[in-house]
Amino acid sequence: MPIYERIESNTRKTYLLIGIFCLLIVAIGWIIGQITGLGIFITAIALIFAIAINIFSWYKSDKIAIRLTGAKPAKREDYLYYYNTVEGLSIAAGLPMPKLYVIEDQTINAFATGRDPEHSAIAVTTGALEKLKRLELEGVLSHELSHIKNKDILIATIVIALVGVVVFLCNITWRMLFFGGLRGRRGKGGGIILLLGLVLIVLAPLFAYIIKFAISRKREFLADADGALLTRYPAGLADALEKIKNENVQLKTANSATAHLFFANPFKKGDWFSNLFSTHPPLDARVKALREM
Amino acid sequence: MWVYLAVIIVAAIILYVIYVFNRLITLRARVNNAWAQIDTQLRRRYDLIPNLVEAVKGYMGYERKVLNEVTKARAAMAGATSPGEKSRANDMLTGALKSLFAVSERYPDLKASKNFMMLQEELAGTENKIAYSRQFYNDSVLGYNAYTQSFPARIFASPFRFEMSRDFFKTVGEAREPVKVKF
Repeated sequence: MPIYERIESNTRKTYLLIGIFCLLIVAIGWIIGQITGLGIFITAIALIFAIAINIFSWYKSDKIAIRLTGAKPAKREDYLYYYNTVEGLSIAAGLPMPKLYVIEDQTINAFATGRDPEHSAIAVTTGALEKLKRLELEGVLSHELSHIKNKDILIATIVIALVGVVVFLCNITWRMLFFGGLRGRRGKGGGIILLLGLVLIVLAPLFAYIIKFAISRKREFLADADGALLTRYPAGLADALEKIKNENVQLKTANSATAHLFFANPFKKGDWFSNLFSTHPPLDARVKALREM
Repeated sequence: MWVYLAVIIVAAIILYVIYVFNRLITLRARVNNAWAQIDTQLRRRYDLIPNLVEAVKGYMGYERKVLNEVTKARAAMAGATSPGEKSRANDMLTGALKSLFAVSERYPDLKASKNFMMLQEELAGTENKIAYSRQFYNDSVLGYNAYTQSFPARIFASPFRFEMSRDFFKTVGEAREPVKVKF
């Protein structure tokens, strides 16, 4: 698929998935309404809670990510080449220059963070700076800048908040079904609604996570395509990904709290089931998409 | 009833025209800003060259011809005012620097000097930024042209005194010819 179409298709799919997510929440809200008569009220409370909790982590996303990964500020004199590359790419993307950080680690990886382009930061591992050639490093950094341009931190925060809403609603429904009793409330629905509600509250959190990971993967594909549009050289990024694939080490600071941030999944895994719960598409799929651009 | 409807329609049209006008302003400002970006990078390279010549002189004083080329190209850059002249002077400078760095391969002491290495990295970086700022300029022009020529924005573009299309930044002369390698 050509590059522009790929960008459009991934953008479209993100909106579609977020739309499905909202429908899921409406469905749960409706079920709660059928059981308690307070559907809108409870859903609204869940939404407000989820937004309140996540707004802080979004606002401070740069500081939090930098601390969690142990990244250190990069000085211009020491990392001239790194600075020049990002400066060039920000010019091409029309973005302000992000703050630059390095992570002392032998693996090849990178991440971008920040609530908006004016407060953005990029970190790369020292391994990436040493092992990647200029065009490959440009590919990796263009991918990170695309995350900033596409406001992926904001999108990730919204999605996490939506997951929070679903989990909260399901918990509440669960409690009501078992502790509140059913006949005492304004139970309008019959057995079918009850059964539907039961199935939904069991499966909805799982669903929510699957959609969350799917959105994350779409954003990665999108950043790959946008990055390629920036450098006009998809092969650079593809070569970098292949280098990562052939590495056998795992990032020292890898943990599931920060995995979604990184350029490539810091955990090495493979089968379709784990891919369903993976923040990143498999490396092979990304390389294939880039080679076809 | 009909009066209200007419008022609503007229208000909607006025709001839409204001929207189109502001969009045109934004896009044109983006093109102008992108043009200024190229200038900034050209200027940066222009400023780096005296340092480079200074750093190199001691080692390769015999390479008069290469050094002269660089200084001449830099002077042409200073004299250039129109985009076409600038583009030409820029290509000349790029070529002159390329041959300077090629010649510097023969001087191991020079290549090992920290100052030279830094200048080389800075110039290579600036060269990249020039290319990227051109790309950004062309992307901005593409966005501007596509908008002014699309319907219904194109009805308003000329009454508002917006040009229907802006020129892309093209490379001229030497840069477009394939590179000849001589041994």
